[in-house]
Amino acid sequence: MSQAETRIALPQRHFGETRRKDAWWLQPLVVAGVLSAFIVYSTWAALQGAHYSFAGYLSPFYSPEIFGNSDHAWFGPWPLWWPSWIPYSPAFLILWAPGGFRFTCYYYRGAYYKAFWASPSNCTVGKPHKKYTGERSFPLILQNIHRYFLYLALIFLVFLSIDVYHGMWFPTAGSGAEFGIGVGTLVLLVNVLLLGSYTLGCHSLRHLIGGRKDCVSKAVGGAMPYKCVSCLNRKHMLCAWLSLFWVGFTDFYIRMLSMGYFTDWRIL
Amino acid sequence: MAIAKMHIWRGETGEGSFQEYECEFTPGMVVLDVIHTIQAEQAADLAVRWNCKAGKCGSCSAEINGVPRLLCMTRMDSINTDQPITVEPMQAFPHMRDLVTDVSSNFRAKKSIRPFKPRKPDAPDGTWRMQQDDVNRVQEFRKCIECFLCQDVCHVLREHHQHDEFVGPRHLVYTAALEMHPLDTEDRTADLKNEHGVGLCNITKCCTKVCPEHITITDNAIIPLKERVVDEFYDPVTRLLRIFRPNKNQQGA
Ligand code: SF4
Ligand code: SF4
Ligand code: FES
Ligand code: FES
Repeated sequence: MSQAETRIALPQRHFGETRRKDAWWLQPLVVAGVLSAFIVYSTWAALQGAHYSFAGYLSPFYSPEIFGNSDHAWFGPWPLWWPSWIPYSPAFLILWAPGGFRFTCYYYRGAYYKAFWASPSNCTVGKPHKKYTGERSFPLILQNIHRYFLYLALIFLVFLSIDVYHGMWFPTAGSGAEFGIGVGTLVLLVNVLLLGSYTLGCHSLRHLIGGRKDCVSKAVGGAMPYKCVSCLNRKHMLCAWLSLFWVGFTDFYIRMLSMGYFTDWRIL
Repeated sequence: MAIAKMHIWRGETGEGSFQEYECEFTPGMVVLDVIHTIQAEQAADLAVRWNCKAGKCGSCSAEINGVPRLLCMTRMDSINTDQPITVEPMQAFPHMRDLVTDVSSNFRAKKSIRPFKPRKPDAPDGTWRMQQDDVNRVQEFRKCIECFLCQDVCHVLREHHQHDEFVGPRHLVYTAALEMHPLDTEDRTADLKNEHGVGLCNITKCCTKVCPEHITITDNAIIPLKERVVDEFYDPVTRLLRIFRPNKNQQGA
């Protein structure tokens, strides 16, 4: 299409210029603060490589534990061939998957483009950039990989559910284990529920499960799966923040138990 | 009666300044009422576009305190009247006079979208059968009143003036209404990726926030269209499947 024949120069604003009178800077500031805090904490926790399990509990930052020193490890201790100059932690092997999932999530993208890249900081606020290519060219075109991270995230939901089951078994005096429910079990359960509500409300899942069809009723299983995902999708932002907070808290809780600062109350 | 201080943009073809007016108002009044009062009592030559005064014609779009809104749907009691209220024309379109802009680029953009192409009628009498579940999704998009507030707020048009590369949220809503229609057989994904620039949208949702019809523009129209573009151009698996399967659009499903 061609632009107006009588093109009149449109106004050009400088960074931060706006006629808005409300506290438009507050929202991006809070988002930047919370996301930064999470990134700092999760990186620190992943670097520790210790205190990530307690009794039957395993921190979600370390699940699944492929190699490692806890009882949860699939293939036993850390392999000897690992170069000594690379710090090792079971979290490194897996954390890229949920990290990539959140990084490429449609909701988070919109949020961090505003908070970290000022593109724009908020609606009708002037930007610092002259040139703009959006998600159409490199590097942001890579965001289109999101659905592959979704597939991984769905598998992780299974692992985290199994972790809740493991969290129901407590070591006894011998070498056996007895069934029980502790506060930690509930923390792990809430974690799966929140991560589930976030993952199952994903836009790519919504597309996959029926949205890609012009007739959603002709999708596998009819229109119901599409409706359910759409229902969670409407709450995607809320689920994103709640699950982010809770996954960090779950690691923190188990870490504190393992370090002996917290006591895990047994409910059953 | 309370008094509002109005700073209204006056001028022609981009040149101009804010003029200060004082105007009495009652709580039930909307900003357009105040503009009309000023027009009647103080500035007969003040240009403002309006028509229905009911939020349905989409003519009275402007920016109130820096936020794109309908003048006729913004009640005075919803704004802080202790401070001067700024009213100015939309910033993403060429300015004409006072509060009026030239929104014709939108009509050209709309023409560039492939029209509705229904499949053959399902019944001999020339009618079609559709499931309610299938039409529900596109109903929302039909509420659009073409006020172009979403185009105005979108930074791709507003700040970067990429009207030539990006059709903008309003026209992505229109494309979604056609593309997701259960009867439609046209394929607009290549246009979306290339001429219509759906990849320029960075899903920051300002369009959704200003839409007076509360259309969930980003989540329900733009992101699903982006996903369809991924299917056709970026996802190696769906691209591969496409080779073995005839195009869904030719089957009309
Ligand atoms: S979500 Fe996309 S179309 Fe809507 S305002 Fe933001 S960049 Fe523009
Ligand atoms: S989508 Fe909403 S904001 Fe955009 S033109 Fe239509 S009614 Fe106006
Ligand atoms: S869109 Fe947020 S997880 Fe996929
Ligand atoms: S005058 Fe019709 S929408 Fe405001």
